[in-house]
Amino acid sequence: MARDWETHEHDVIVVGAGGAGLRAAIEAAAQGVSVGLICKSLLGKAHTVMAEGGIAAALGNVWPEDSWRVHFRDTMRGGKMLNNWRMAQLHAQEAPDRVLELERWGALFDRTKDGRILQRDFGGHRYARLAHVGDRTGLEMIRTLQDHAVHQGIDVHMETTVLRLLKDGDRVCGAFAYRRDRGDFVVFRAKAVVLATGGIGKAWAITSNSWEYTGDGHSLALWAGADLIDMEFVQFHPTGMVWPPSVRGILVTEGVRGDGGTLKNNQGERFMFRYVPEYFRAETADTEAEADRWYADKTNNRRTPDLLPRDEVARAINAEVKAGRGTPHGGVFLDICTRRPADYIKKRLPSMYHQFKELADVDITKDPMEVGPTCHYVMGGVRVDADSAASTVPGLFAAGEVAGGLHGSNRLGGNSLSDLLVFGRRAGFHAALYAKDRGGQVKVEPSQVESLAREALEPLSRRAGGENPYAIQHELQETMQRLVGIIRTESELREAVGAIERLKERAGRVRVDGGSAYNPGWHTALDLRSLLAVAECSTLAALERRESRGGHTREDYPKADPEWGKVNVVLRRKDGGVTLAREPLPDLPAELQKLLGESS
Amino acid sequence: MPAVTLRVFRGDAAAGGFRDYRVETEPGMVVLDVVHRLQATQATDLAVRWNCKAGKCGSCSAEINGVPRLLCMTRMNLFADGETITLAPMRAFPLIRDLVTDVSFNYEKAKQIAPLRLRAPEADGSYRMMQEDIDRIQEFHKCIECFLCQDVCHVIRDHDTKRAFAGPRFFIKLASLEMHPLDTRDRIDAIRREAGLGLCNITKCCTEVCPEHIHITDNGIIPLKERVVDEFCDPVIWLLRKLRGGPEAPAS
Repeated sequence: MARDWETHEHDVIVVGAGGAGLRAAIEAAAQGVSVGLICKSLLGKAHTVMAEGGIAAALGNVWPEDSWRVHFRDTMRGGKMLNNWRMAQLHAQEAPDRVLELERWGALFDRTKDGRILQRDFGGHRYARLAHVGDRTGLEMIRTLQDHAVHQGIDVHMETTVLRLLKDGDRVCGAFAYRRDRGDFVVFRAKAVVLATGGIGKAWAITSNSWEYTGDGHSLALWAGADLIDMEFVQFHPTGMVWPPSVRGILVTEGVRGDGGTLKNNQGERFMFRYVPEYFRAETADTEAEADRWYADKTNNRRTPDLLPRDEVARAINAEVKAGRGTPHGGVFLDICTRRPADYIKKRLPSMYHQFKELADVDITKDPMEVGPTCHYVMGGVRVDADSAASTVPGLFAAGEVAGGLHGSNRLGGNSLSDLLVFGRRAGFHAALYAKDRGGQVKVEPSQVESLAREALEPLSRRAGGENPYAIQHELQETMQRLVGIIRTESELREAVGAIERLKERAGRVRVDGGSAYNPGWHTALDLRSLLAVAECSTLAALERRESRGGHTREDYPKADPEWGKVNVVLRRKDGGVTLAREPLPDLPAELQKLLGESS
Repeated sequence: MPAVTLRVFRGDAAAGGFRDYRVETEPGMVVLDVVHRLQATQATDLAVRWNCKAGKCGSCSAEINGVPRLLCMTRMNLFADGETITLAPMRAFPLIRDLVTDVSFNYEKAKQIAPLRLRAPEADGSYRMMQEDIDRIQEFHKCIECFLCQDVCHVIRDHDTKRAFAGPRFFIKLASLEMHPLDTRDRIDAIRREAGLGLCNITKCCTEVCPEHIHITDNGIIPLKERVVDEFCDPVIWLLRKLRGGPEAPAS
């Protein structure tokens, strides 16, 4: 069953149209190359739209003491020093410019009394640092970028899913994709490709991630021969909704705690004071009075433990629930109603007010929320050069969540939106330069396309029997939730490896009804390949790292191990399988080491 | 909760009709949950567009019992026991399949809106804006582009005047630029002529269906109409324009 395909040619294609993809496309177009922007959904619907709390950038509008150096330090410590230091440095240095640029493109952030961009407190940040718009910052960011991008001569290919990168020798030369509306295949010929596809959270059952987050870019890169790093580090956001069951996992912004909300167990106890790790003890309040004073006076008080980095808070909530001190629906309480006036809550957290009112019949200005951990973000991703966002495959670049390194073992809230802007711009710029230098014609081998098309159509052409793609996806999500969750252990990880292997076999027999035009069953069948690939990578890396650090907690190795603190776990494709290697982190220059203060 | 009957439109532009399905439900479900369960168990190729399932992306727009709504923000407990729930695609846009429509009309309209033309910064290079000066525009920026307002607007829905009419979503987009403290572009002529603001006769249907509760008519469309009237019907401005030689052509 062979089929024809349409072909498009661009100097640079960008896969993914969230914050990183849009910013990359804008920058590449500004360099004068032709740009194609490919998005799996409609433009403006990418996962960035769901970001709530804000963009971390050391603007110093609220606390003039803030600077890129403090932001750098906070990011490195939040990631337990496993971060790529150069990425952390560039990120902290360039984030303020990227935020101000959004403002010049029309974004309207909440204001300080003197008319500047207001900044809010968030976990792990020394100063109030997050530029925000209530609790819908991602919407403002994506719409601003989208409205700017549509006037830059970028060709947008909506509802188009990239299934495989194409290569000419060792270089990337384009992508093989399909259009949802008609179900037709599309070949993109390109001199350079930027991956900006986001994360992998749909491999877990309880997740804040949207349907798009099936690890497409991670898998495309792996299959094309690129290195992945840090795939064991998956962030479980401490506060997702837990009730009713159908909304379980939907995000509750850290901004609730940033604006004064506090976590309590079923005894009414602010339990986070019992979970302050040695690593953060010196900078964390040890009494409720000090924690409450800190919001207004950061000079003389230390940060509330409610705003420890996310990995710490998620583990604490997990432990409280396990100890029987949870809420009726298996979460803990997040209380802002007794701490802030109703008007303030509605002004600062309108989406949260709306979300709980409409989906859970809870008025958060009168009653506490019930919250628990939800799979939120993958720190790991494509190994990139810090300055250029280039992967280890010539012509392939990656930015945003799909790239690894910046966040180390745990990302601080607010550092994702700034990551998208800083490294989206860098990836677009360097992809354009690469495309210009490369010049000449791009060749795509038709036989390669024909074989990919045949493979993609298999689920539609199988007749008898066959597996239901939704059932396999569901079983994978339950497996990852149960065996590769917040707390891991060797026996369970091994069980997961076996389960994933069996699901891969079954996925090879998947069958769907209907035709190829806008068929979600077929789409789910195609997504399974990337979803299973990233689930396998994450599990193998988790098995490999025998220590606990950031977003990776091993019950059988509960402590951080300084030796493991010096290496990344690297995954790469070999002979149809995946191999693992431990490779040393880049050396941290002495002048940056000094900024970090006490080490781990 | 017991099983419910979903009456779902199945088909494409060539042929189609409603089909009934019985689907099990659980407490707390929204309509999109029930659609997903139907898809996973009985109708694997049922086309539905969705992304976030949290009311933030505006993808899952459809008509539920004839009313334009988001599938993900419509709770099942809104319906009476035993009530059949009818799901149809948005009627104003060309059908692709089942519950999915081709909304590219809206993306074309978006491209026609000239981008912000930035004013000069303060002496220190920054831009100062007071919160009270942007409150109104921030309300417009809550728009999640679900296009339910476009779907319900009778100018788009029932008349073949799409080319000369931007629709409520883009009226509030234009309003947000027109009121933006940093934008220097004169948009009134474009709002009147290219966007066709005059065709709106303020029935407020758009405001009623907005899932973000934006006061589209009162805070967006009516103030824009007043600005158009001020510029085009004020005799003093009219005379000045005659002397100057007509309004500026809208630049891109």
